[in-house]
Amino acid sequence: MAHRVVVTGWGVLSAIGHNAQSYWSNLARGICGIAPATTIPTEQLAQKVVAEVKDYDPTRHFDERVLSPLDRVAQFAVIAAREAIAHCGLSFDGGLAERTATIIGCGVGGQSTQDENYKRLYRDNAKRLHPLTIPKLMVNAPASQISMHCGLRGPAFVVASACASATHAIGLAFQMVRSGAVPCAVTGGTEACIAFGTMKGWEALRVLAPDTCRPFSRDRRGLVIGEGAAVLVIESLEHARARSANVLGEIVGFGMSADAGDLLAPDAGGMARAIEGALADSGLAPSDIQYVNAHGTGTAANDETETAAIKRAFGTHAGKLVMSSNKSMIGHALGAAGALELVATLMSINEGVVPPTINYLGPDPACDLDCVPNQARAMRVDAALSNSFAFGGLNAVLAVRRFA
Amino acid sequence: MSDVAADVIAIIAKKLPPSGRDLKMTDRLDDLGIDSLMAVEMIFDLEEKFDIQIPYNSNDAKLEFETVGEVIDAIRNLVGQS
Repeated sequence: MAHRVVVTGWGVLSAIGHNAQSYWSNLARGICGIAPATTIPTEQLAQKVVAEVKDYDPTRHFDERVLSPLDRVAQFAVIAAREAIAHCGLSFDGGLAERTATIIGCGVGGQSTQDENYKRLYRDNAKRLHPLTIPKLMVNAPASQISMHCGLRGPAFVVASACASATHAIGLAFQMVRSGAVPCAVTGGTEACIAFGTMKGWEALRVLAPDTCRPFSRDRRGLVIGEGAAVLVIESLEHARARSANVLGEIVGFGMSADAGDLLAPDAGGMARAIEGALADSGLAPSDIQYVNAHGTGTAANDETETAAIKRAFGTHAGKLVMSSNKSMIGHALGAAGALELVATLMSINEGVVPPTINYLGPDPACDLDCVPNQARAMRVDAALSNSFAFGGLNAVLAVRRFA
Repeated sequence: MSDVAADVIAIIAKKLPPSGRDLKMTDRLDDLGIDSLMAVEMIFDLEEKFDIQIPYNSNDAKLEFETVGEVIDAIRNLVGQS
C-alpha cells in the first residue's frame, strides 16, 4: 500500500541564514548572499565571488573534542539535521531510530580536508597526515555523522549526483516512506567545497560568473559556487497523524532521467522527461502547478535549456506559471542545492510568497517565462516543482503540494 | 607558416577526427564541430603551450575568435608576436 508522505521538520544552514526562519525571511526579501570569498585566498582566483555560509563558528555548534573528524561539509549536515529533528518534535525512541532512514545528498565530500592535506604533502613536505583524514573527507561522512550525532540506526547512505544529489536523495527517501519500507526519514543535502583547489577546477571549466549570479537575465555570466545544507524530516501521513505532528507540506511525486548525451551541455529532452516523470508520479496535471523552483544556475546554457524544457513539459501552461531561481541569492550549493530549494518551495506554498530571481538586468528572449524578477511576489501556490539538473546529464525533479 | 600557426593548428586539429584535420585559415570553429567543452579544452592546451592567459567565459555569447586564422591572431597578440 502506498503511503502519503508529509514533511514535518526542516533545518537550514545557508549563505543567507543559519536557520530555516532566517533563510526564508532573507529569501523573501531578496537578500543576496554572494560576496568575495573570505575562507580561502583569492589572489590566484579569476572569479572571486562565492556564496559562503557567513560568520560561521563551528565551536558554537560542537564541542571541540568532536570537531576533529568533522569536515565543514559534515558539520553543516549535522547542524541542519539537528534543527530539522528539533523542529519536527520526534524523539526516535521505542524502536523508531532503527526504522528511520538517513539519506543525504552530497556532491564531492570533504574538499577542504582534501585540499588542506594535499597542500601539506606537496607544498609543505609534511611527512604524515592526520589519522582521521580519510573518514573526514569520505563522501558518505555527512550521512554517517548525522546518524551518529542524532542516533538514527536505520538505512543510511549518501547519494552523489553532483548538482542533483539532494533531489535524488530526497526522492529516494520519499519512495522508501511511500512504499512503507520505513515510516520516517531524515533527508536532504550538504556541500562545502569552497576550497582553493576545487575553485581552481571550477575556474578551469570557464562557467563561473565574475560578478554575480543572474539566472534567466540578459548578460548573465555564469554560476556562482555556494555552500550550505538543508535537511527535512519526512514521515508517512499515518505516522505523523498518530503523534499529531505539525505537517508542513506533502511530497507527491519524483521524476528522474539521464540525458545520455553531452557531459556538460544540458538537454531539454532529458530535463522534460524528469519533469513529466514527477508530474505523472504525483497524479497532478501540468495545469495544477503554479510555481517551479528552477535549477536556474545562471549559465547561458542551463537557463535557456530549462526554459525550453518547461515549455515542452507544460505546453501553453508554461506561460501561466512562474519559475524563480534561489541561486541568485544562495549561489549554487551543488549537492545541497536541491534540499535548500525544496525547503524554499514548501515555504512558498505555506507563506503565499514566491521568492524573486534577483540580480536581474532585463529579459533574454531565450528565457521568456515569468522568473519573478528582483521582487518577491505574493501569490497562492498549491502545487509546485523543484528542479535539479546535474553535470553528467543526471536530472531529478520533485513535486510537492499544500497539505490538505 | 610560423611556429605559432603550426602549433595552434596542431592543437585545434587534435580535437577533430583524422579525416577533418586539413585546416584552412578561414575554417570556422563551429563549422568544424568545436563545441563549448572542446573549446575549453582547446583553450587550456593553448594556455599551457604558450604560457598565456586567454580570457574566456563559456557564458559569453560571442567568441573573440571564430575562425582558425582568428585563433592564431589572438595567440600571436597574447604572446607578443605579430
